[in-house]
Amino acid sequence: MDVELRGITKRFGSVVANDNVNLTIRAGEVLGLLGENGAGKSTMMNMLSGLYSPDEGQILVDGKPVEFDGPGDGIEAGIGMVHQHFMLVPVFTVAENVVLGVEPTGKMGYLDMKRARRQVEEINEKYGLHVPPDELIEELSVGIQQRVEILKVLFRSADVLILDEPTAVLTPQEVHEFFGIVNTLKEAGKAIVFITHKLHEILEISDRVSVLRQGRITGEGYPKDLTEADLAEMMVGRPVSFTTAKNTATPGRTMLELEGVSMLDETDDRVLDNVSITVRSGEVVGVAGVQGNGQTELVEAITGLERIASGKITFDGENISHASVRERHKMGMAHIPEDRHKSGMVDSFTIAENMVLNNYYAPEYSKGWAIDWQKVAETAARYCVDFDVRTPSVFLPGGSLSGGNQQKMVVARELERETKLVVASQPTRGVDVGSIEYIHERLIGSRDEGDGVLIVSSELDEVLGLSDRIYVMYDGRIVAEFDNTDGKADRNTVGLAMAGSFGEDAA
Amino acid sequence: MSEHKDLKSVNEKMRSLMARTTHGRDDFEDLVIVPLFAVVVALVFGALIMLATAVDIPTIGRSFVALAVGSVGSLSAWSETLTAAVPLVLAGLGLGLGFRAGLFNIGAEGQLLMGGLAAVIAGFSLDFLPMVIHLPLTLLIGAAVGAGYAAIAGILKATTGAHEVISTIMLNLISFELLNWLLRQPWIQREGRSDPISKSVPDSARLPQLLDWISPNFRLHAGVFVMLLAVAFIWWLLFRSKVGFAFRTSGENPSAANYAGMKASLVIVLAMATAGALAGLAGAAQITGVLGRASPGFSAGIGFDAIAVALLGRSHPVGILFAGILFGGLEAGGRQMQVDAGVSIDLIGIIQALIIVFIAAPLLVRAIFPWGFRRSSKKEDAA
Amino acid sequence: MSDVTMTNQTQAQKLDSVAARKARIMGGILIALALLVIFVLHVVPGESATFRLTTRRDAIQIPDLVVPGAFNYVAAALLAFLGVRQFLQGGARWTSLSLGVGLAILVMAFLVWATAGKAFNLTSMLQAAVLASVPIALGGLAGVMSERVAVVNIAIEGMLLAGAFAGALIGSLLGGWIGLVAAILVGGSFGLLLAVLVVTFRMDQIIAGVVINLFVLGVTSYVSSQVFSEYRFLNNAKVFRQWEIPFLSDIPVLGPMLFDQNLFVYGAFILVGIATYYLFYTKNGLRARAVGEHPRAADTLGVDVYVTRYVHVTIAGMVAGFGGAFFTLGNVGRFEENMTNGRGYIGLAAMIFGRWHPVGALSAALIFGFADSIQRKLALLNTPIPSEFLAMAPYIATIIVVAGLVGRSRPPAADGKPYVKE
Repeated sequence: MDVELRGITKRFGSVVANDNVNLTIRAGEVLGLLGENGAGKSTMMNMLSGLYSPDEGQILVDGKPVEFDGPGDGIEAGIGMVHQHFMLVPVFTVAENVVLGVEPTGKMGYLDMKRARRQVEEINEKYGLHVPPDELIEELSVGIQQRVEILKVLFRSADVLILDEPTAVLTPQEVHEFFGIVNTLKEAGKAIVFITHKLHEILEISDRVSVLRQGRITGEGYPKDLTEADLAEMMVGRPVSFTTAKNTATPGRTMLELEGVSMLDETDDRVLDNVSITVRSGEVVGVAGVQGNGQTELVEAITGLERIASGKITFDGENISHASVRERHKMGMAHIPEDRHKSGMVDSFTIAENMVLNNYYAPEYSKGWAIDWQKVAETAARYCVDFDVRTPSVFLPGGSLSGGNQQKMVVARELERETKLVVASQPTRGVDVGSIEYIHERLIGSRDEGDGVLIVSSELDEVLGLSDRIYVMYDGRIVAEFDNTDGKADRNTVGLAMAGSFGEDAA
Repeated sequence: MSEHKDLKSVNEKMRSLMARTTHGRDDFEDLVIVPLFAVVVALVFGALIMLATAVDIPTIGRSFVALAVGSVGSLSAWSETLTAAVPLVLAGLGLGLGFRAGLFNIGAEGQLLMGGLAAVIAGFSLDFLPMVIHLPLTLLIGAAVGAGYAAIAGILKATTGAHEVISTIMLNLISFELLNWLLRQPWIQREGRSDPISKSVPDSARLPQLLDWISPNFRLHAGVFVMLLAVAFIWWLLFRSKVGFAFRTSGENPSAANYAGMKASLVIVLAMATAGALAGLAGAAQITGVLGRASPGFSAGIGFDAIAVALLGRSHPVGILFAGILFGGLEAGGRQMQVDAGVSIDLIGIIQALIIVFIAAPLLVRAIFPWGFRRSSKKEDAA
Repeated sequence: MSDVTMTNQTQAQKLDSVAARKARIMGGILIALALLVIFVLHVVPGESATFRLTTRRDAIQIPDLVVPGAFNYVAAALLAFLGVRQFLQGGARWTSLSLGVGLAILVMAFLVWATAGKAFNLTSMLQAAVLASVPIALGGLAGVMSERVAVVNIAIEGMLLAGAFAGALIGSLLGGWIGLVAAILVGGSFGLLLAVLVVTFRMDQIIAGVVINLFVLGVTSYVSSQVFSEYRFLNNAKVFRQWEIPFLSDIPVLGPMLFDQNLFVYGAFILVGIATYYLFYTKNGLRARAVGEHPRAADTLGVDVYVTRYVHVTIAGMVAGFGGAFFTLGNVGRFEENMTNGRGYIGLAAMIFGRWHPVGALSAALIFGFADSIQRKLALLNTPIPSEFLAMAPYIATIIVVAGLVGRSRPPAADGKPYVKE
């Protein structure tokens, strides 16, 4: 089945998300769609799946114009979407998730789960997906959950599969396996749209590439004719260097030390298992790993957000194992949280208020029991200038900023203070390339001023590019440590460790 | 980084960043138009309900006239309106503070009862004190007991996660029973009475009447000043103090509060206790200013009406002040309406409930009154 | 590749686990209960409590249950054993079960203490308990129906009250059956109203619920003081009598409890059965639960989130309306101001206690009904406890349930969140 987008425009208020976009998707072909966060990729695909309807232009399926006006319409026309954030019900089984909406039924609406299971098995076999139909989603790894998503659209006999940032949550090895599945699908005659912002993946898997910037198609071509640098320029609009310039680190005294730290969740499962790491002043230490292998908990343990069950945490010579969040903060620990919307900022508060979110009690902003808001506003304005946070006023709500500026606001708040240790969790998630470069520069700047910097990221490239030393986490444990002075750690070896298949013989 | 930048241009940039933004039309719509429409629509619905219960049109007309006259039509009406507003505003401030901190406290009624009862007990048992000490102490004890009673729900939520809506409702029901029992205890019950009623509060613990030099029927008492002080204090607490910042952060985004090192459980207990203190103070003011003694159900639903007051006032102290006066007016006017037109005062409860519906669902008001509002932008719908 | 360090470990560590802490707390509570039984619920040796199980009219007679006062020593010992076991074992299994058993023992000891030296008809109390649990169970079921599609329903109280009112009014005018239908329809219309407010107008769900409660309370109080006080015939409906089910109702104890009740009791049990089948074994039930857990996922698969919520919240209102009719048509035949008196909120607690499952809600409601009927019957026994404190029992039980069980039970993931289509 072929699908064509012709002159598609979509606006949200005054924002033009898609501007006169033309695109063709062909059966038996992988179309790579490249673009930064906010370039309009997701909007475009949501129109294909029927979630949005375009303001202008036409969608043609096999040459015939179609109109979608509901989320179910896309899939009915054979266009299936695998979302970046999985659309799976965690407490349902695989089979229940797969059949939801197109359930096999018996008399009186009876749900025929036996038949559902059989149908799941059939597709499993046909495409080699190996998904257990009776497991609960919440008990499966992200990689398997993704296959359930694919199974879902195949079950609805989709001929066009849209894969939105499918590799973001996978290890390099899983990505390899995943590409295998994509190729099987392609050979079965499916048309595939592969959306990503990772250049090397696009070159590896696509048959054809389209690049989107600020809602417009800014480049098209075939992988064999293109280099990463070409693609990057089409994507960002200027030449980009993806390596952050930095000197060799000069590590000093031990700033942070974790010795045998373990943490339990509510059900007494070990989410951190005997973790020992050190961060010295003047070095960047990266923690690599697939999402959900204990990185979040590691940061919570270090910053004091969750209590640890055993072990010892030392910060600049002091035992802080049971110190509160605020005590650690006062001692000079900066924390850039992994999800700024969830915890790093309050959308409805002004930028000024957000700039002192965790520092509002400091003597310099105090007037007795009250806060000196004039002083806060001055500080906020200075931070905005320093960190290039683009806003007309510090009295506007933090939520009114763009994603990149929000993140810069959070980073400014954390780094402008006198700090000794910076804990940065996913510091550039959902941020445009310009802001990414800027934030990376500032993190290296903190290192050069003598801070210890701990970067936790699921983007392996980010960890490799910034860190002087790398730990790899898997299943709540530190499974490997690499020296990355002058970028000498090997991408593949780190990737292997992330998958947990890194035996003792590898040493 | 910034060494290349001209210092002067940086300063200028900072100054422009710190320029106050003017209030936009959105604020105006939110703070003025929506409440105005809400009140009008609620009154119209009230008329429809009267029609539905076979009240004839002239009587409906007379009831609205009585409502207006009884609330703002004379000095005595104003006295009644403000007297009714005092406990509503005090309790409403507490509830509004709770909303700001993300707590939906339905327990003002019980906290008010407990605070009022404590004030009665402090009133008649500490009667040896001079008024300058006795009256403030009585009010304080009322506030403290209200705070303690509310803190139960706060502690339960902080330690076990029990939802405050259910626990405060249960505490209300418990407080009714507790009050009935206490009022029959010999050390509280008025001598020579078999029905549950308390001893009277002596004059040294009574809030002075303000207008009794005009007529003894004017019930307005010094509680108005307590109310105004409380409005100012809560405004400072919420928007100027450090604790208030923690309250607001916890209410808007609990995990951000956690991240910022604010102790969630402490905030919950503190906010509940402050809310309870205000409700208790409302009860104490009602006892020492108006009633002079406690009887079963002396709270008369003030704690529930205060929820509406807090919502109508958008949880802002000044808004709550105006909302409280409006509801006080409805209360005073409603009594007049019952006397003049023979329409049950329960109608006022319906009108109040309707007002909250329209306040809490601005989208609904916009749907009913498409004019008066700018067309809502597409962006807002997509958000 | 350069210096690679392997960290390898699975040595046993002594961890301060959550379960162990919880077990210690439970242990402490159980030991405290044991002390309570010993010192407060002390029965004079030699006195015994007589529990009647059948009345003279019953077809099958079984002898009275005579419990000697020494039972309370045994009860205290049992409680102490359970407590110490929890305390010492640390992170033991059966923590919750121990608490449940402990509370049951406490109730028994309390009954023995209260009845010591007297006689007490246990069967009629259990029969009353089932009856008292009906509005709570139906309220809880209404809660399950709406919270399973992620609409928090504080308005159950108002829906019960509206059902009671409509049942009395229409029942007086047009007869019980039509009154019952009216109650269901009125309850359903308030469900629909709640859906309109929270689904379409995205009003805060708790505020919407509270407002509906205030509104219903206002309207029913207004009409009952404005109209009913003058025209009494409008508030005098015929009550649904008990329907004895042949043979089954002759079973001792269980017969009167379950098979000699009125329409509302049977209705509650049947509705719970239907709801369970519907939610967990049918296509639409699966979709409804998906809407409650992950509305966006359901939406992308073509399940209409808004329609699903509308339908289920309206059904919840109808269930609550039926439960409300119990107060008037199933009990006294007359409407009184605020006669539901918090039963809707207790129903909500029953739903939480019952883990958002119809059968769970029913079981929890039976426990609340039990607490309610104990308090009523004990008032007749002349215990030293003031009647006001007995009346508090169900409310305190509710608080304990809500406080003690959160953490173990998990609400539908999207509960309380409005859904905005993209």
